Amino acid sequence: MQKTIQSIIAATSQVILGKEQQIKLALACILARGHLLIEDQPGMGKTTLAHTLAQVLGLAFRRVQFTNDLLPTDVLGVSVYDAHISQFQFHAGPIFTNVLLADEINRATPKTQSALLEAMEEQQVTLDGKTYPLPNPFFVIATQNPKQHIGTFPLPESQLDRFLMRIEIGYPDYQSERLLLQTQNSTISAKPLHPCIDAATLLQMQQQISEIHVSEPLLDYLQALIQYSRNTYAVGLSPRAGLALKQCAQAWAAIHGRDYATPEDIQTVLSSVVEHRLASPSGEGQAQQIATQMLQSVAIA
Amino acid sequence: MSHAQTKLSLHHLQWLLVSLALILLLHAEHLPLWVILGSVSLGITRFFIEKNHWRLPKMLLLLPVTLLAGLGIGLTFHGLFGRDASLALLVIMLSLKLMETKTLRDYVLIIIAGYFLTANVFLFSQSILISSFSILPLVFLTATLIQISYRHSPLDWQFSLKLAGKLLLQAIPVMLILFILFPRIPGPLWGIPSDSYSGMTGLSDSLSFGNLNQLIKNGSIAFRVEFKGKLPQQQQLYWRGPVLWHQEGRHWRMRNLPENNSLPIENLTTTGEATHYIITLEPHNRTWLLMLDMPTYAPQDAKISHDYQVISQTPVRNRMRFEGVSYLQYQLGAHQTLSAREQTMALKIETNENPRTLALAQLWQTSKLSAVEKVNAALHKFRNEPFIYTLSPPILGDNPVDDFLFNTKKGFCEHYASSFVYLMRAAGVPARIVTGYQGGELNPNGNYMIVRQSDAHAWAEVWLQNQGWVRVDPTAAVSPDRIEQGISNALPEADELPFMIRPNNTWFSTLYLQWDAVNNGWNQWVLGYNEQKQLSVLSQLLGKHYRTSDIVFWLIATISTVMLITTYFLLRTTRKKQDALQKIYDLYLKKLKKIGITPSTTETATELATRVSLLHPTQQRLTDEIAETYNALRFGKHYESQYWDKLKRLIQEFSRK
Repeated sequence: MQKTIQSIIAATSQVILGKEQQIKLALACILARGHLLIEDQPGMGKTTLAHTLAQVLGLAFRRVQFTNDLLPTDVLGVSVYDAHISQFQFHAGPIFTNVLLADEINRATPKTQSALLEAMEEQQVTLDGKTYPLPNPFFVIATQNPKQHIGTFPLPESQLDRFLMRIEIGYPDYQSERLLLQTQNSTISAKPLHPCIDAATLLQMQQQISEIHVSEPLLDYLQALIQYSRNTYAVGLSPRAGLALKQCAQAWAAIHGRDYATPEDIQTVLSSVVEHRLASPSGEGQAQQIATQMLQSVAIA
Repeated sequence: MSHAQTKLSLHHLQWLLVSLALILLLHAEHLPLWVILGSVSLGITRFFIEKNHWRLPKMLLLLPVTLLAGLGIGLTFHGLFGRDASLALLVIMLSLKLMETKTLRDYVLIIIAGYFLTANVFLFSQSILISSFSILPLVFLTATLIQISYRHSPLDWQFSLKLAGKLLLQAIPVMLILFILFPRIPGPLWGIPSDSYSGMTGLSDSLSFGNLNQLIKNGSIAFRVEFKGKLPQQQQLYWRGPVLWHQEGRHWRMRNLPENNSLPIENLTTTGEATHYIITLEPHNRTWLLMLDMPTYAPQDAKISHDYQVISQTPVRNRMRFEGVSYLQYQLGAHQTLSAREQTMALKIETNENPRTLALAQLWQTSKLSAVEKVNAALHKFRNEPFIYTLSPPILGDNPVDDFLFNTKKGFCEHYASSFVYLMRAAGVPARIVTGYQGGELNPNGNYMIVRQSDAHAWAEVWLQNQGWVRVDPTAAVSPDRIEQGISNALPEADELPFMIRPNNTWFSTLYLQWDAVNNGWNQWVLGYNEQKQLSVLSQLLGKHYRTSDIVFWLIATISTVMLITTYFLLRTTRKKQDALQKIYDLYLKKLKKIGITPSTTETATELATRVSLLHPTQQRLTDEIAETYNALRFGKHYESQYWDKLKRLIQEFSRK
């Protein structure tokens, strides 16, 4: 599995230059069966990262550009009356895929956002009383511009909680940027990428990751972190967040070729997993400190 | 960034400044004005520096200011030592320290100094009011500690105050145990600077016209008395203080005889029942203890002199509580003859002044009056001529006794007593002046008597054949009210008297007496809780007699037990699991500590290894391997013995280097 993962990372790194840490985090999120939220300024390569990952993992990929006039049916699909067979026929929307890139999710109205988020949680779509299961694997990579941008509807905390991780991409370093300027013409890569694995392998890997050993001392540490957040912040980490933290730590351990998770794994993913769940919508500057503060305050058992 | 170096915000500074302001308020009356103003302006300056994000002043500016402040204290108090000077120095230096206070460490330092300053108030006063007020800075200091230990966002002020109060309340059981059990040492643990005793009032060892009335105008409390059994009558309450033998012009002095040349004790015969009482004497920085005429029992560390003064071995510098036994009906030296030496001392006067008095005495001598007749003649003179009792007598001329007896005829106890004794001695009757207090006010709330400085009094004793030393109070002849009802009833309204001892204003005096009863309880049970009382309380509580060494033992035992139990509960939740792996790993941590790397509890093994290899790059391979192996054993699924051996080997290898 280690080899496969390394090749996935290597392939993605050829497109997204100098962002290995972010690629690993995104991959860990997918391996932990979670939805990913990428948040950054426009033009930082959010869409490219999502697209590349889907290609490399050999998954069906659909993209929806969210706008403020996008309706729930535009994402989920619609039942249309077919005169030939005299009944309603369901036309599946773009959500029926493996990877859905929800571009600029915070531009859509809350109604559309919640339709998507419901589908994310339940892995199925219910329309006109009929339930349609979504393909497996299914996950959403949503991108969003920082909230202060004009014309956006910020996601409420309850919906942010559905995303396993939130990552930021950040500016490339000097060397990577130079390389980017030298080799690429536009943000979308011209070279077609060969998939490293297929959907079945991915499912198998996800299964293996859930079997990564999490020892008692590590669970002590995990619970101490959760407890600390509940004692310290207005809203603490939910049980779902605790579970997310564990899964991400397992995935991170797998990426590094270990069959057990360590405190470092938790510490590395902590910031991406907890900050969007704990930071209040107004406290933008505070979000960066939360993970640091937790790590500096909680002793490793 | 290390923990102690964390910079704190305006919010925390506000808390610190409020706490310091409260401490300043607590000490306001003990500090020179410039120190108060200086501290306040330093505090305000510090506040605006933080608020406007200005720079803190540089060392170049602070150093001269600090030296100037020290110089100022030195000049104000003529030195840097002593209680008052040290306090002022500490206050101004702490205020200056604000100018370089920005990190957590600085805050903690100032807070601890603040606790110390708060406790210092007890060097000045231990009254209930001051003690209660000192709780306020304590609460605020503790709340500040709570605030600064939570640095990321401001805590609610009510929450932190409540928590501080709760913490202090939790400390009360410990405080009580320590209060009850901590061995009492007679006197303070360390020498209190001598200026602590300035400003204590009380009787002096000399009497001259016009020095006692200052004391009489002083309403403060001299001592309190609890009587066991029946109260004596008001006119029997003569509290005996210094006995003055020696006349020099208008001054009367005590006679200090050397130890080996002292006079034999006068023979006391008593009739009737003894009066038992307990006196709580306020400190007056002199050696005499006040007892009812005539004492037959001297407390520990005190003795009864030949003329029945009770003299303590050391000046009374702390509130003192002692038992007294006196006989109100007595004869002193009745069946003795006065020795030649006593005779000389009791008759000696300066005869180069007061010619009219001397002439009067001469007249009595030649008319062969007996001693008793002479006394009666003198009292008759006081009683029948227009003598007036007043605290504001006219100034007496060069022949003060003449002037008083024949011209002004206005005065108070010391005038009457000293003129009477002068007259008696001139007429050949041995006589002496006794100073002390007369009377007292009964507090119905506590069933004890308050004797104030304003009850200070002077009277005479004359020696009569077959009767010995007999008390004669010439003041009683002039103003019987003074003796029977106390000073406040004896004086004309116009005479100024302290507010407290005026009897009008009844609701106020009732309230005052109640408050004094509370104070008396405080004095006895809190401040007067000495070794003796401690032992008796413990014996009562435990029904067995205990010595101080037992108390020390029990105290140590109690404290250790409490600490052990608390430690157990504190550590129980966070205690490291002392398993075999931790034991091996601890060897590594120990070695790291030796080379100056302190592992933190929030640090992972890998982080620690990274830190070590930054300092010792050559060891990187080894430290990485140690971390990896440790992680595998601690968090991995398989505890394979080869990993154990590997870790042991790696740590041994590391230790060797």
